[in-house]
Amino acid sequence: MSDPTGWKNIPIGGLIVESGNSHDYKTGSWRTYRPVLDEEKCINCHQCWIYCPDSSIMIVDEKMTGFDYDHCKGCGICAEVCPPKVAAIKMVLENE
Amino acid sequence: MERVSLTGNDAVGTAMAQINPDVVAAFPITPQTELMHKFAEFYADGKVNTELILVESEHSAMSAVVGSAAAGARSMTATSANGFALMWEIVYIAASLRLPIVMPVVNRALSGPINIHCDHSDTMGGRDSGWVQLFSENTQEVYDNVIMAVKIAEHKDILLPVMATFDGFIISHTQEVVELLSDEEVQKFIGKKEMYYPLLDVKNPVTYGPLDLQDYYFEHKRQQVEAMLKVPAVVDEVAKDYAKLTGRKYDFIEIYGPEDAEISLVALGSTAGTAKDVVDKLNDEGKKVNLVKIRMFRPWPHETIVNALKGKKAIGIMDRSDSFGALGGPVFMEIRSSLMGEIKEDITANYIYGLGGRDISAPEIESVYNDLFEIAETGKVKNRKTYLGVRE
Ligand code: SF4
Ligand code: SF4
Repeated sequence: MSDPTGWKNIPIGGLIVESGNSHDYKTGSWRTYRPVLDEEKCINCHQCWIYCPDSSIMIVDEKMTGFDYDHCKGCGICAEVCPPKVAAIKMVLENE
Repeated sequence: MERVSLTGNDAVGTAMAQINPDVVAAFPITPQTELMHKFAEFYADGKVNTELILVESEHSAMSAVVGSAAAGARSMTATSANGFALMWEIVYIAASLRLPIVMPVVNRALSGPINIHCDHSDTMGGRDSGWVQLFSENTQEVYDNVIMAVKIAEHKDILLPVMATFDGFIISHTQEVVELLSDEEVQKFIGKKEMYYPLLDVKNPVTYGPLDLQDYYFEHKRQQVEAMLKVPAVVDEVAKDYAKLTGRKYDFIEIYGPEDAEISLVALGSTAGTAKDVVDKLNDEGKKVNLVKIRMFRPWPHETIVNALKGKKAIGIMDRSDSFGALGGPVFMEIRSSLMGEIKEDITANYIYGLGGRDISAPEIESVYNDLFEIAETGKVKNRKTYLGVRE
């Protein structure tokens, strides 16, 4: 069997022939810094959820529960918009 | 079949109207030629159902047909010389996105200094763009090539754009007798366009032209190579069907004169027609020579060329464009690399001629054959590259 991602098995012309598949594209590996949540401090104001450009803030039952590390690119916007008095998100180096 | 006297431009404009594309995008000012003017007349007279989009540049013309072809529309444009140069970026994109666009190109010199006359510097520059390139010797051939191009481009194994070129003024503006098919015959021949992931199929959304980085770009290029490799078989199949309809059969190359002649001249475009007269004259005088006319330049018909030229004692190669600083013109370099290992001695000589529309006469072509007689006799090439008809 040839490689499923080889030239014989992929659509021609660089076409993406199904919709909504950006979810399959794991952009998390691009990260240098990773956001880390301190649940004790978080007041569930959802500022991070509003501002995250990659829909990577995970909210369950209106409660901020953490990050989708498969897609979070580590831009740090969530840490920036978290209210300064709260500062529930810290950016740490990916290899730490 | 109707026999009429038409200029090359009128014949191509007529072929386009008979094809009746869904979309034609064109820059309506020079270097656009009268072929689009002719097509616009058909459009104005209500003879085509085409959406004719007049755009602000050739870059936009090619962009518009990229969009319409991706949408699923049978799409055409036409250009010449610097117009083709301005399309450049999108010419590559059309091929990369595997869009079966058909484009007649009137071969004219690229500036500068400014010149509007025939040479092949425009499309020869596009030989690595991923388009199929068919050259034409006369008005009949370009009419036929344009119609066949639709079927070649849209073939499910190919899905590549095709340019059918013809010499500026020498063919484009000269009246010749042409046999035209009827509109119905053309429609029946090209058939209905098969769809390949059309963008307008909104129920099955697809993405055209996404970012393609180190992880997949190479694979997509490899696919383009594969499609090109499949082109000769399709060109041949289409030519056979066309021959059934018209009696005119086109091969990748045409050998004119005795096949076993030991002296061959290679040419493409209208010069092949002039050379044929010279071949007749020389053979009448008992000098056995032939002409190898190249019709399909991309993909390069390597095997066919080798079969036609191996065992020759002298080969002259005519180039109507130069590759500055290279060993020879584009045709010369292709021929030589095809013949590597097939001929023992170097018996090839390159003739750059006709730049900027400089006339090429029968006596000049005869002088090339005379050089070739000498090469055949001595086994030595005095001048590898000769500029034929330039003033010292
Ligand atoms: S670092 Fe950026 S991408 Fe990651 S969760 Fe925060 S805002 Fe979203
Ligand atoms: S912005 Fe800060 S406090 Fe607000 S939900 Fe996000 S992590 Fe919690």
